[in-house]
Amino acid sequence: MNLTLKVWRQSGPKDRGRMVTYRVEDVSPDMSFLEMLDVLNERLILEGDDPIAFDHDCREGICGMCGMVINGVAHGEQVATTTCQLHMRHFEDGATITIEPWRAAPFPVIKDLVVDRSSFDRIIQAGGFVSVPAGSAPDAHSVPVRKEDADAAFDAATCIGCGACVAACPNGSASLFTAAKITHLSLLPQGQPERLSRAKAMVDQMDAEGFGGCTNTGECTAVCPKGIPLDTIAQMNSDYLKANAK
Amino acid sequence: MNFVEGAEIRDTKAPAGPIEERWEKRKFGARLVNPANKRKLDVIVVGTGLAGGSAAATLGELGYNVKSFCYQDSPRRAHSIAAQGGINAAKNYRGDGDSIYRLFYDTVKGGDFRARESNVYRLAEVSVNIIDQAVAQGVPFAREYGGLLDTRSFGGAQVSRTFYARGQTGQQLLLGAYQALERQIAAGTVEMFTRHEMLDLIVSDGRARGVIVRDMVTGDIERHFADAVVLATGGYGNVFYLSTNAKGCNTTAIWRAHERGAYFANPCYTQIHPTCIPVSGDHQSKLTLMSESLRNDGRVWVPLRKNDSRAPGDIPDAERDYYLERIYPAFGNLVPRDIASRAAKNVCDEGRGVGPGGLGVYLDFRDAIGRLGRDAVEKKYGNLFEMYERITGENPYETPMRIYPAVHYTMGGLWVDYDLQSTVPGLFVIGEANFSDHGANRLGASALMQGLADGYFVLPTTIGDYLADGPFGDVDEEAVAAAEVAVRTKIDRLMSVNGTRTPDSFHRELGKLMWDYCGMDRTEESLRKALERIPELRQEFWENVKVTGVAEELNQTLEKAGRVADFFDLAELMCLDALVRSESCGGHFRAESQDSDGEALRDDENFAHVSAWEHSPDGTPVLHKEPLEYEYVKMSQRSYK
Amino acid sequence: MNVTATIERGAATAPVIPPKGEEKPRAKRPGGFLTSSNGKKAVMAVTGAVMVLFLVGHMLGNLKIFAGRDSFDEYALALRTLLEPIAPYRTLLTLVEIVLVVSVVLHMWAAISLSRRAAAARPVKYAARKKSQAKGYATHIMRFGGITIALFVVWHLLDLTFGVVNPKGFDSSPADRMIAGFDPSRWYVTLLYIVAVAMVGLHLRHGIWSAFQTLGVANRDRNRALRAVAGLGSAVLVIGFLAPPLAITFGVVQ
Ligand SMILES: Cc1cc2nc3c(=O)[nH]c(=O)nc-3n(C[C@H](O)[C@H](O)[C@H](O)COP(=O)(O)OP(=O)(O)OC[C@H]3O[C@@H](n4cnc5c(N)ncnc54)[C@H](O)[C@@H]3O)c2cc1C
Ligand code: HEM
Ligand code: HEM
Ligand code: SF4
Ligand code: F3S
Ligand code: FES
Repeated sequence: MNLTLKVWRQSGPKDRGRMVTYRVEDVSPDMSFLEMLDVLNERLILEGDDPIAFDHDCREGICGMCGMVINGVAHGEQVATTTCQLHMRHFEDGATITIEPWRAAPFPVIKDLVVDRSSFDRIIQAGGFVSVPAGSAPDAHSVPVRKEDADAAFDAATCIGCGACVAACPNGSASLFTAAKITHLSLLPQGQPERLSRAKAMVDQMDAEGFGGCTNTGECTAVCPKGIPLDTIAQMNSDYLKANAK
Repeated sequence: MNFVEGAEIRDTKAPAGPIEERWEKRKFGARLVNPANKRKLDVIVVGTGLAGGSAAATLGELGYNVKSFCYQDSPRRAHSIAAQGGINAAKNYRGDGDSIYRLFYDTVKGGDFRARESNVYRLAEVSVNIIDQAVAQGVPFAREYGGLLDTRSFGGAQVSRTFYARGQTGQQLLLGAYQALERQIAAGTVEMFTRHEMLDLIVSDGRARGVIVRDMVTGDIERHFADAVVLATGGYGNVFYLSTNAKGCNTTAIWRAHERGAYFANPCYTQIHPTCIPVSGDHQSKLTLMSESLRNDGRVWVPLRKNDSRAPGDIPDAERDYYLERIYPAFGNLVPRDIASRAAKNVCDEGRGVGPGGLGVYLDFRDAIGRLGRDAVEKKYGNLFEMYERITGENPYETPMRIYPAVHYTMGGLWVDYDLQSTVPGLFVIGEANFSDHGANRLGASALMQGLADGYFVLPTTIGDYLADGPFGDVDEEAVAAAEVAVRTKIDRLMSVNGTRTPDSFHRELGKLMWDYCGMDRTEESLRKALERIPELRQEFWENVKVTGVAEELNQTLEKAGRVADFFDLAELMCLDALVRSESCGGHFRAESQDSDGEALRDDENFAHVSAWEHSPDGTPVLHKEPLEYEYVKMSQRSYK
Repeated sequence: MNVTATIERGAATAPVIPPKGEEKPRAKRPGGFLTSSNGKKAVMAVTGAVMVLFLVGHMLGNLKIFAGRDSFDEYALALRTLLEPIAPYRTLLTLVEIVLVVSVVLHMWAAISLSRRAAAARPVKYAARKKSQAKGYATHIMRFGGITIALFVVWHLLDLTFGVVNPKGFDSSPADRMIAGFDPSRWYVTLLYIVAVAMVGLHLRHGIWSAFQTLGVANRDRNRALRAVAGLGSAVLVIGFLAPPLAITFGVVQ
């Protein structure tokens, strides 16, 4: 396949950045999207150019490190797929592909397609945990958990922290990410003691980081590689309102 | 490559006495640090996987000042996140006869009698606490309708002791540790440095006192000091270029610590996983693991004829070779990982492999679908099938899957004693980065257990005993400068070669060489060839690599080049270790050492020891043997016929 | 593989240069409820709900026109004289008006402040044309729709409440104004109402569900039902609101 790539290039946080066009030829349909970029990068290196910087690690859709906006869609149009799991067979020969970094003020660009997502860590720091020091836990069977609750908690817990939800949200909101963690812990008995304080602290931190508010447009869940459902946001809202009512 | 033999290692610091009492004894014997002093003690933890994340969080909880490092943009992305299958623990919740002793026994045996009994017993003992800890943190393990935890049997174990969270056990456990870590960061006991790569260890007055790291965003070379350093930097399977490891997994941290005096134990022990998605072309950048559970219902076969190019559906049963069922009628498709892997390689070497390059065998669900119905198969394996289709574009309900073995885990690593301390005082090594508990082969679902056992329960106790002597005062400026200069020199050198090949192209070539000559089966001849080729390739690397850009910014080419440089050195030691160990054991198969059935043949007479390699400045490694004794589990040869 | 690079200015405009010497806002602003994005959303949902309730009543009232002019005028009068002996003329209506004005103001304040926050959170736009991945379009026109509705209401008040733009003027009965307002000759006014009411329908089809979501009422099990309530509710409102003007324009009611 032959493709035209329009890639956001920005040499550092202070650079204004621009779109640069590359033509790549003989791309194999079996390549993953990142492998296609690898090949382009090797070429760029040999030509003495700076290769395109992008984040990636596991390349199997679980670490949450990769992510770019492909043709205007976070992680590309393939549903429930991270960028690293996207394969070139889903593109047409001769296509033009636009590749951009996540865009959000709390995700400043570091270089090219690499952004700083440490704001997510700070949201977790605000309360996304159960306070249980090592060695102080009771026997695992001392508290049974309904299977339905465990499964629903699991569904929320699968968030990989990639940030696609923020990239896709017209408001640049981190609600889906934050709600996924709040819901995961809210649904388990172990998460109850800190439930309301957690919701309040995390939502407030999300605001403090400069993310937008959610207006329930649902773009986030549509691009989320793990399909985190929107009702996690309702759960977050409910916990948050209860926390404030207190 | 030459080596010399040094003194035997006699004392591993494991307490004497009955095995059930040793850990209790050690815990009691370990000196305590008084709480007021803890605040004055700094600990550096490199790595935020299950091992490092849990250790940093726990040390923070205990009141030490912790600095934690990882090369990703968040501690949550460490490669532990990718583990699918599950985590073992001797809870015996099913009452199916499991016990600490049985887990201990299975692990020693599974490790093909190349692991230390004391360590393994402790691992089994602590395993039960891990599950309690994880559940209390909110890890959503699979549950039964009664609300209790579900378990399954894994990797040929006869009891059901593997706890799991769908196919994402590593992820959920790591998020638990990550959340505990973030809690400590918020509390101010842990300072987190993401996108920081450790490039050297600072050893001052014979003690590990800090690290030199590169801020990967700004390129700044920074020095960080502490009273003890913990390495939890994971495995080095990427020396093969293609492996199931994440792209960033590297040996840099442990290798440079090795160069500063830490012994490297059993570098040649690598585990090959039989069910990975095969390579699709030269562009392949990594391999994806398919859960082993697929072998419960899939049947493995290749065409009887060589170079049979017919579509799998067109090959009648009579012309198929279900070779695992044929050779191992008792275990069939469920033979252990190394046997299944080698058998696949053998049939492909005969020219009967399928798919691109003939490097693949079929894993066929036709019969399972016929027997159980498509729905039942989908229910059991739906997400795995989907993953396969996503990557290959083929529908496994209709065409058989193609699988091939791939490098998965490295049992070797830095040598540590019972306290998880390396040969450099104050340098502790945990998780996959150390060599300790799995011997020559790791059981499925035991790596997660080991990482968390080390991080939550073992290290926090044993490191206290060391730190009780601290704080250790100022760090020798000369030692620091030396380490920093070494790092800067290496970077400058890489930046200045300006040759004509990319770091990746060298890495791929090294990987292929290692796979061909030091892979699934190794011969004296192949290893000698590798030992000849590696230095040549390394020389070419240093003369002809091309790194673009500047070192003072985010430079992913430079990062890669630095890692590849260390892989060369490690690869050489791996081949040497494999050459010297002329027996077969566990994941290490020397073709010269097999029985008449082609099974691995151990040589307990000569090789019942750990090979711990010391780096010497003149480049001649020194081999220290740590003899292994088995008081509890009787040595036996395994057989799966 | 061949690669050629041509440099083009992208469609992205704003530079991504952080203010010099200034750290990113990291410190926790222990925000009050009303400064938090969730708090604002809750205000929007509650005020939205108040307005929806008003619309339901309003629609039912409007439908009285089918019972005849007198019946409608009686209703209009009743609005003003209810509670009369106890409270002065127009007490209830004034109360309703106050609540409505407060709601509209708060609703708009929250909407504007959230839009500004959203704009700040996405200072650089994507170069590629945005493609909605979520099914549904109403969600993307909430702000635009809201503004349209606000403009409409202004005009609507001038028309039917104050009679400023009504052929019958202020000194007429409400029913007169209404019937004159939607006279077949003034078909364009009817058209305007149709468009406006359609906007209200779209706003509410998303808005009603969104309010449930914002107030934390929605969950996995209820979502289907709540979406149906929102869809049905807004459809009923649209039909109920459009019936009188259409009936008048087409001469069914005279
Ligand atoms: C695909 C896959 C599936 C697996 N499935 C299972 C399973 O089902 N059950 C099981 O028990 N085991 C499984 N394993 C094995 C297990 O996941 C690993 O052995 C284990 O998670 C390793 O944990 P760790 O903490 O030692 O290292 P890792 O999780 O690899 O963490 C390494 C850390 O070190 C950091 N680091 C590395 N180098 C540097 C450096 N130079 N400077 C700074 N930081 C550095 C990294 O940033 C990272 O934080 C699987 C492995 C793979 C690859
Ligand atoms: C006058 C009649 C109006 C009614 C009945 C109404 C009703 C609602 C309701 C119920 C919501 C949902 C609240 C939530 O998301 O939780 C909402 C949201 C909203 N309204 Fe209104 N609104 C009206 C007018 C306006 C006006 C005049 C504006 C313009 C400024 C506006 C702008 C918005 C916006 C921006 C939202 C949020 C978008 C979203 O939730 O997706 N609305 N409205
Ligand atoms: C298309 C059908 C509609 C008709 C026929 C209609 C008719 C009227 C009439 C006759 C009045 C004056 C009532 C009185 O003075 O007693 C009125 C008032 C009003 N209408 Fe409507 N209306 C319609 C739609 C709407 C819509 C869609 C909205 C809001 C989005 C709305 C908002 C208002 C408001 C705010 C008032 C003022 C109420 C008050 O003074 O208390 N109307 N309408
Ligand atoms: S919610 Fe989904 S899109 Fe958002 S960070 Fe988590 S996995 Fe990524
Ligand atoms: S896209 Fe944005 S508006 Fe809410 S529903 Fe998702 S966070
Ligand atoms: S690289 Fe890990 S999710 Fe894509």
